[in-house]
Amino acid sequence: MENLERIIAEHSFFAGLDKEFMTLLVGCASNVHFKAGTYILKEGSQADTFYLIRSGKVAVEVVAPQHDPIIVSTLEVGEVLGWSWLLPPFQWKFHARAVADVRALSLDGKCLRTKCEENHDLGYEVLKRFGQIMVDRLEATRLQLLDVYAVRR
Amino acid sequence: MRCDDDYATMVDLTMSDPTMTTATTTNPMASEPYLVRAVAKETYDTFTLTLEPESAANGTSFQPGQFSMLWVFGVGELPISISGHPEQHDKLVYTVRSVGQATHALVSQTAGAGVGVRGPFGAGWPAEKAKGRDVVVVAGGIGLAPLRPLIYEVLNNRDAYGRLVILYGARSPRDLLYRKELTAWARQRDTQVLVTVDYGGLAWRGHVGVVTTLFKYARLQPSRSTAMVCGPEIMMRFVARELEAHGLARPDIYLSMERNMKCGIGFCGHCQYGPHFICKDGPIFTYAQLRPLLEKHEL
Repeated sequence: MENLERIIAEHSFFAGLDKEFMTLLVGCASNVHFKAGTYILKEGSQADTFYLIRSGKVAVEVVAPQHDPIIVSTLEVGEVLGWSWLLPPFQWKFHARAVADVRALSLDGKCLRTKCEENHDLGYEVLKRFGQIMVDRLEATRLQLLDVYAVRR
Repeated sequence: MRCDDDYATMVDLTMSDPTMTTATTTNPMASEPYLVRAVAKETYDTFTLTLEPESAANGTSFQPGQFSMLWVFGVGELPISISGHPEQHDKLVYTVRSVGQATHALVSQTAGAGVGVRGPFGAGWPAEKAKGRDVVVVAGGIGLAPLRPLIYEVLNNRDAYGRLVILYGARSPRDLLYRKELTAWARQRDTQVLVTVDYGGLAWRGHVGVVTTLFKYARLQPSRSTAMVCGPEIMMRFVARELEAHGLARPDIYLSMERNMKCGIGFCGHCQYGPHFICKDGPIFTYAQLRPLLEKHEL
């Protein structure tokens, strides 16, 4: 547990979080490992976990009919995988595949949702952090959609 | 200014006649005769041309970030950034994306063909001013070409600079320029090279995401860094904001601007951008200079 607390405390996503909240998070956390090629998340399945990536690389993919999956982004060390556990309908919208062996901290989203409902200060801290991730990724997605390197005629 | 010839300047008879001369001249409107020595394919639509002066007596000299006006006889004249080594004085190298009539004609030249060259023009990257500091290079697409001479300059004078961080984004893996050099640069000391593509297939093992997503992996020391950015203007706006959010000061962020350049010396006014002429005052400007202009719709 002490080790998990240290890992969470050192992860940039939870930087500055109160020790009291850190202890609550540790109760929902475990270490996990995915071999390269393994699917970590599958579109449409129940979203009840999120991951703090400690090493390796994850590709977020969309299935395309009669086509290879399309990689929409990759996530690496220090990043967070998954926010669908936070808001209804709690289902993954994308696949996520380990491109290289991945070590991560898995956090039980159901467990954390319950703790956030019980402790709104914790809930606000968690939402603020996920809100920032959502803003960053929305901005990146908009820039990606602009296809700025395409030839304009 | 790089090589998308939406902006290619066609020969305009209303302008001064860019008469070819064979002697060294100080007339900036007169082209010097050069010969194509090589055309190398970089990607499916991008080529690197090596030009040598027709007269060996005419050496070449330029500052990283400067551009030339290249005259393709019978087709037109277009502004292209120099992408070669600044310490090679016997040739000029240009990386050109074939996207229109003039650029297509340029990259279709064969060895021995003649091309008119005016310039070099414009203010280059602040290579001297950046000495003693970390250099952060952020390139998008063909924007790596005007930054390559700067990278050569830093690597050639390695002790004069701090860390070199190169962040490069392209549309897809097949659009990446200078792939071998990127790998070689990444092996240099105190150099970090991060590459991303907007769209990656399953065979691509690298990063997928826009170039701004690379910042979280970059080892930046904002207070001692000078950033030099080149790419599509929208991309540069996002990058400049990101650099600022990471703590770089606006005067330490340099952007290479692109507008329709014709004369190259600030006479004709085609490339006027607010109070600036891109060809003469730029194409490199600080973010402090550009920030008030970048979000103006009418510019």
